[in-house]
Amino acid sequence: MAQMSKTKHQWAVHQQQQLSELSEQILKAATREGATEAEVSASIYAGQYVSVRHGEVETVEWSKDRGISLTVFVNGHKGCASTADLSADSVKATVRTACQIARFTAEDPCTGLADADRMATCFPDLDLWHPADLSTDDAIAMATAIESAGFAEDDRIDNSDGASVTTGEAVSVIANTHGFIQARCSSRHSLGAVMMCSDSDGMQRDSWYDSKRCLDDLSSAELIGQTAAQRTVARLGARRVRTGESPVLFDPSCARGLISHASAALRGSRLYRNASFLKGKQSELLFPEFVQMIERPHQLRGLASTAYDQEGVATNDQILIDSGRIARYILGSYSARRLGLQSTANSGGIWNLEVSGVGSRDDMLAQLGTGLLVTELMGQGVSLVTGDYSRGASGFWVENGQIAHPVEGITIAGQLPTMFAGIKAIGADDDGRSATRCGSILIDRMMIAGE
Amino acid sequence: MTQTSSLLVAQQRLLEPGQINDQVIDRVLGQLTARQCDYADLYFQYTRYESWSLEDSQVKSGSHSIERGASARVVSGEKTGFAYTDEIQADSLLDAAQAATAIAAAGQHGSHALASPGQPAALYQPIDPIDSMPSDQKVDWLHQIDQFARAIDPRVTDVVASVTAIQDVVMVISTDGVRQTDIRPLVQLNIQVILEHQGQRETGMSGCGGRHDLQRIMNRHSIELHASEAVRQALVNLEAIDAPAGEMPVVLGPGWPGVLLHEAVGHGLEGDFNRKGSSAYSGMIGQQVASPLCTVVDDGTIGERRGSLSMDDEGVPSQRNVLIENGVLKGYLFDKLNARLMNTRSTGSGRRESYAHVVMPRMTNTFMEAGDHDPEEIIASVDKGLYAVNFAGGQVDITSGQFVFSSSEAYLIENGRVTRPVKGATLIGNGPEAMQRVSMVGSDLALDQGIGVCGKDGQSVPVGVGQPTLKIDAMTVGGTSQ
Repeated sequence: MAQMSKTKHQWAVHQQQQLSELSEQILKAATREGATEAEVSASIYAGQYVSVRHGEVETVEWSKDRGISLTVFVNGHKGCASTADLSADSVKATVRTACQIARFTAEDPCTGLADADRMATCFPDLDLWHPADLSTDDAIAMATAIESAGFAEDDRIDNSDGASVTTGEAVSVIANTHGFIQARCSSRHSLGAVMMCSDSDGMQRDSWYDSKRCLDDLSSAELIGQTAAQRTVARLGARRVRTGESPVLFDPSCARGLISHASAALRGSRLYRNASFLKGKQSELLFPEFVQMIERPHQLRGLASTAYDQEGVATNDQILIDSGRIARYILGSYSARRLGLQSTANSGGIWNLEVSGVGSRDDMLAQLGTGLLVTELMGQGVSLVTGDYSRGASGFWVENGQIAHPVEGITIAGQLPTMFAGIKAIGADDDGRSATRCGSILIDRMMIAGE
Repeated sequence: MTQTSSLLVAQQRLLEPGQINDQVIDRVLGQLTARQCDYADLYFQYTRYESWSLEDSQVKSGSHSIERGASARVVSGEKTGFAYTDEIQADSLLDAAQAATAIAAAGQHGSHALASPGQPAALYQPIDPIDSMPSDQKVDWLHQIDQFARAIDPRVTDVVASVTAIQDVVMVISTDGVRQTDIRPLVQLNIQVILEHQGQRETGMSGCGGRHDLQRIMNRHSIELHASEAVRQALVNLEAIDAPAGEMPVVLGPGWPGVLLHEAVGHGLEGDFNRKGSSAYSGMIGQQVASPLCTVVDDGTIGERRGSLSMDDEGVPSQRNVLIENGVLKGYLFDKLNARLMNTRSTGSGRRESYAHVVMPRMTNTFMEAGDHDPEEIIASVDKGLYAVNFAGGQVDITSGQFVFSSSEAYLIENGRVTRPVKGATLIGNGPEAMQRVSMVGSDLALDQGIGVCGKDGQSVPVGVGQPTLKIDAMTVGGTSQ
């Protein structure tokens, strides 16, 4: 093992021990202060970020973030407090504050830890720990290589907003008064670039990045720079299209956004507050029958892999959408109790969602035929209460499966339930950059507003 | 409280726990400037946060957090070295300082010009707003909001209300002679209601905030105003028909729709983008970039406003910066680094989310000055168009100038009259183009209610916006009906 990895490994072992001890002390202190149940999450992150612009170092930044957050339950009354200051006095004050808050909150029969028999007992190695063996100089060299590849890719690239390399390692601990305590180490590293170009119509920018658990799994520096440059010059000459209805193909990054609207609307916290257009739709056909989505929490090196959720509940592969139907909601223990259901081990998030698909990007363009390919969406125009959808978009106009010209300055609009039901195809062209694995999505028609 | 007592609070919160005295600070500064550099600073911050929230007619959760940390920054040419620590102790500060110097060339210690940025005038009281009201009263007001909102209309199914109070204590020590502290209170009330009618659900939101105590937002008048407003918006949206799609005249209401200026103008005038030549407004000082009716200002000096700061995060007093005057581009927003590289002075716009984030040029309160038109007259001038009065937020690509903002309350204008409400729709345009198309500006300038958040490069900071009623001759409206 290289020296740097070894040092980081020792750091992680030390931090796991420290944070675990601290978490146990906090749980004991909370019990002494009157908590009937309590849970703690503690974490530390150390990272390095470098950016290079026009071949010169722009920023070198070292991050070190720590934090502890405590939730106490005092006979059904909940209180939360957190601190980034881990000194004994501050930790003591945090415990006291959480218990004081619980004196003012209302009693809630649904509140409390997740059920004890749901705690994870099996902890497979998910291969999430690959500390970066990269000195600052190495990182600068890599960022320089990204940017040079971007400039070299196309003569029309005349400016850059920089290329960056981020590496980081984290240790986190989850503990609760069921006796559950788990520490784990993980790493995440990213490369990115933003390139610019201009012509008589004005300037354009675009970017590309990759993010992985292990440096070796990242796309090469050259590919990041080249892709950013290609995407940028492809925008030159972008114009609006006419207002009217058209089929719309969402590229994988935009398609993930669509999936995230569905999963956000399936979250328990939205459902029990009546803040979801999917309220009362369980087991209904939301998508066409070919649509299948499964959560895979134990994927090796997965960006959202975990053996247990934030409450310690054991995670497992679980279907979310089965032949187009809503197979379940996305629940932690509180929202599950509110809805009279069981936790789905989703306290804190969704652990790698896989959307099945078939076909390459070209196949998807061929299926689109003539219509809009969306590669970027802007703004917040999505209401999860009503399902109304209206966002700024840019991308390409496609004719007979071939890119005709770049498009900007338009919006696309519809209703999420209609859009979901109108999915014609999902591709297998996922780019592997996210915990949601999903290819391009083709929707039969949406309203485009332009000229 | 006086300036001196603010300093005492800052010392007590930031320096005393780690026994940081002048000697330690001198050592850290010495470490920071051991290599050649143009500028270096230390930033200390203590943030205390408290929030209470109500749902199901009960206050079921409350949370509290404390963060304390310091950062060291060295600037050399266009290079920045930056490191931070959450332990304000001599060793950790020296480590951070050493890490930050990595970008500076070895060699002679550069000479540091001693600027005199002036003494910031206090724009708000140096209080801890968390202590400005007892916990049981905060809980009681939240209950009253719930009862009041439900009493307005029996179709209200859910009320979610929250109150947040923050005390932020910062200290800046820099090689250009700044040694300043600022105690920044910030409070916020948010109310969201959900209404159900014949199986259809709609939501409405309202809130307010600023840099003052909690009494100002948690009182009878304020809670009734915002609870009614949230219910009113939801009721309007229950009646809404599909929004139109295509290009049409758009009239924007006063106040919060000023998010237009934040996206279409403000971001594009931030000094970092202009130094790098990456903004659609780069190199256009002195040119006509908007219609002559437009005067756009970024003013961080308005007392107790959410976006205001007595001093920015580099210790420079806030200013009133005229960005566009009668349509002509007057200036950009600068932090110290970008100002130095462009041979100008900081405009007091250097801001950061926290000690763990680097400084960037940012907006404060951005608004358009009032014009001469009566708002009624502006609406009357439109045959067929959109009247938008509330927005969910916006976004901009500063390079191409494309910007969007998404309406949450809008109406059709038909034959000079506001008629039916329409569903939320995104409006898209090109900043410089849209600003050239402003053809009428109202006399009814209003600022927003104090709940705005601006995001840039992953950093969020509180901001304000404002404008009078104004008309843009053509914008693309992203509805579903042709």
